[in-house]
Amino acid sequence: MNIQAWTLVIVGLTFALYIGIAIWTRARSTGEFYVAGTGVPPLANGMATAADWMSAASFLGMAGIISFAGYDGSVYLMGWTGGYVLLALLLAPYLRKFGKFTVPDFVGDRYYSQTARIVAVVCAIFVSFTYVAGQMRGVGVVFSRFLEVPVESGVLIGMGLVFFYAVLGGMKGITYTQVAQYCVLIFAFMVPAIFISILLTGNPIPQIGFGGELAGELGERVAAGERVTLLDKLDGLHEELGFAPYTDGRKGLLDIFCITLALMVGTAGLPHVIIRFYTVPRVRDARSSAGWALLFIAILYTTAPAVAAFARTNLLDATRDAVYDPARAAEGDSVVPEWFRTWENTGLIAWLDKNGDGRIQYTGGTAFTTADGKNKPVYLTPPTDPAGRGVHGERLLLLGDDGVMPVEEARNELFIDRDIMVLANPEIAGLPAWVIGLVAAGGLAAALSTAAGLLLVVSTAISHDLLKRAIRPGISERQELLAARISAAVAVVFAGYLGINPPDYVAAIVAFAFGLAASSFFPAIFLGIFSKRANREGVIAGMVCGLLFTTVYIIGFKFLGWSKESWLFGISPEGIGSIGMLVNFGVAIVVSAVTPPPPPEIQALVEEIRVPRGAGEAHEISA
Amino acid sequence: MDPDARSDVNGSPPAGPGADPEPGGAATTSRELYWRANLRWVVGLLVLWFLVSFGAGILFAPELNEHRLPGSGFKVGFWFAQQGSIFSFVLIVFVYVRVMNRLDRHFGVDEKRPRSGGSPGAEGEAE
Repeated sequence: MNIQAWTLVIVGLTFALYIGIAIWTRARSTGEFYVAGTGVPPLANGMATAADWMSAASFLGMAGIISFAGYDGSVYLMGWTGGYVLLALLLAPYLRKFGKFTVPDFVGDRYYSQTARIVAVVCAIFVSFTYVAGQMRGVGVVFSRFLEVPVESGVLIGMGLVFFYAVLGGMKGITYTQVAQYCVLIFAFMVPAIFISILLTGNPIPQIGFGGELAGELGERVAAGERVTLLDKLDGLHEELGFAPYTDGRKGLLDIFCITLALMVGTAGLPHVIIRFYTVPRVRDARSSAGWALLFIAILYTTAPAVAAFARTNLLDATRDAVYDPARAAEGDSVVPEWFRTWENTGLIAWLDKNGDGRIQYTGGTAFTTADGKNKPVYLTPPTDPAGRGVHGERLLLLGDDGVMPVEEARNELFIDRDIMVLANPEIAGLPAWVIGLVAAGGLAAALSTAAGLLLVVSTAISHDLLKRAIRPGISERQELLAARISAAVAVVFAGYLGINPPDYVAAIVAFAFGLAASSFFPAIFLGIFSKRANREGVIAGMVCGLLFTTVYIIGFKFLGWSKESWLFGISPEGIGSIGMLVNFGVAIVVSAVTPPPPPEIQALVEEIRVPRGAGEAHEISA
Repeated sequence: MDPDARSDVNGSPPAGPGADPEPGGAATTSRELYWRANLRWVVGLLVLWFLVSFGAGILFAPELNEHRLPGSGFKVGFWFAQQGSIFSFVLIVFVYVRVMNRLDRHFGVDEKRPRSGGSPGAEGEAE
């Protein structure tokens, strides 16, 4: 069977599995729809949380980002795992004890204020939608790359599937589908990683091979007779080719610090992650499932930087002065590997032979840019058209104002899309076709599980926080469940629309989502648990100030084109959420101190959530 | 890390016997001791959390990169940033889980029954 047939079979089987699980775990009450009836065992919840958290970006994008950023990529590794420590130690057990359904529930009840609830609802919906657009796009991209259907059809298929199990199964359906999706995605990530590790270092454990010496089939060729560690070789190649060193940073220390902190605190404040800790039976299960979630995430997050270094080493070695056309290669010349041509056809690699020598020069600097300053290839013709091929058989680029302009100062001739690092791994390692099908299924599992979790937050925010708790408190449980299903359905359609017509600032907006979560939810929830003195006035003022500060900074520098020179203390917009958080904390503490303390029953509530005993089910309706 | 939390323990009075669902005044003090022990552990573990990530992985990474992790090719700062911090995070959370389960039992605030067939806990929810 060829790659496409394998992909179809494996993706088809996993989809059938998800649908089967969805039918088996249909939600019958709002409690099951919102929080899976609080009956999820901690280990299963850990897996579901891990799948919920690890998106298409983690699965496909992260190794690629680290591969190109080296040490600077560590902000994502530490930021997206360290947040779980904050979540486990500071938020999860207490929110489980509190025992309602959503984050706005906590904010609204703890601060005895509908205004606070509405602010939280708006933030939750906004944060979730910014995220979900990228996920639906991810589903479409995976479909188009592996099954050669248009991105739009891919998005529609993904929408159909998520629609089916999110609308039908609610949190219960989503949770058990996510458990299956975690298994699929981690298997799909680890298999190629282990094989590449063996090929380059002779060690089957990527985390150890990462620090080991080059050995094995491919490794010995890269080392060329030397005894050298992979990382030293990589730093050496970087220096030789004019890239910044792989294991050292280029960003400012304070900026790295702030970005990491913003990502950590943002992670701990993301509603679709927090909501998962409402689904377990007991407070102690909330703690341990945070541990399991982090362990399951850590498996991928410690493998990804190893894969990044392997792929980078291999890429630099395979393309160094390689001759493009095998027919023109002399004895002893290296020739570009076959996968290079495959990915050139999909538009993820582009080569502009600036000096006309027929060899790849891949060095520091940008090879070419489009008229509006983007580093994206514009090809002359589709890959099937022989008229668009150059003398060596490469895909020609459209030159000029509508296409790309070569950057003359740089020797670099190559454009490589970052996503290729994970996608091309199986081919680089010469793995059989079914592994490539597996990677496709893994990417889809990662994107779908995250999309479903986010859509649930949106639907819960609308049917529960807005309709039930704010607009029409009198509706029956059946009506509320129907409203939840309808809003889930509407949210799926809207997310699909965003996936088909993505706003071109999706990447920038992710920084926004984390900044918002860090500067709004985290301080509000933290103070709600650890300070009995924090009151309505303080927290609303804090959230509003934190949000305003972060929003203005990000919009100014990301969308209005303010100059980088005026960055506050050299902190980039990605990291400004940490300052926004401090602003929120500061304002909330000061305003709380000068306004009346919360009423006694709220102080008693805070006392109550601090001890585990007496955690009931998250059923306010039946209570 | 959280001056507010600490001042809370030392400064504000307990909610009073009326707010305490458990009968008897002894439970209040015991709960306060439990909370204080909890905060001590949380602060200690967060210091560790800070040291392995922001400390070893970022602030002191340039100095630590002068050294190699024994038996491997990793520069120490780089290793902490891309591997060590993450391993430590997992350990920190599992240590916290163990410690808190012990504290819960020690102070008698653990959840007794695993799950009582659908009915909410005996004390109900504080509204």
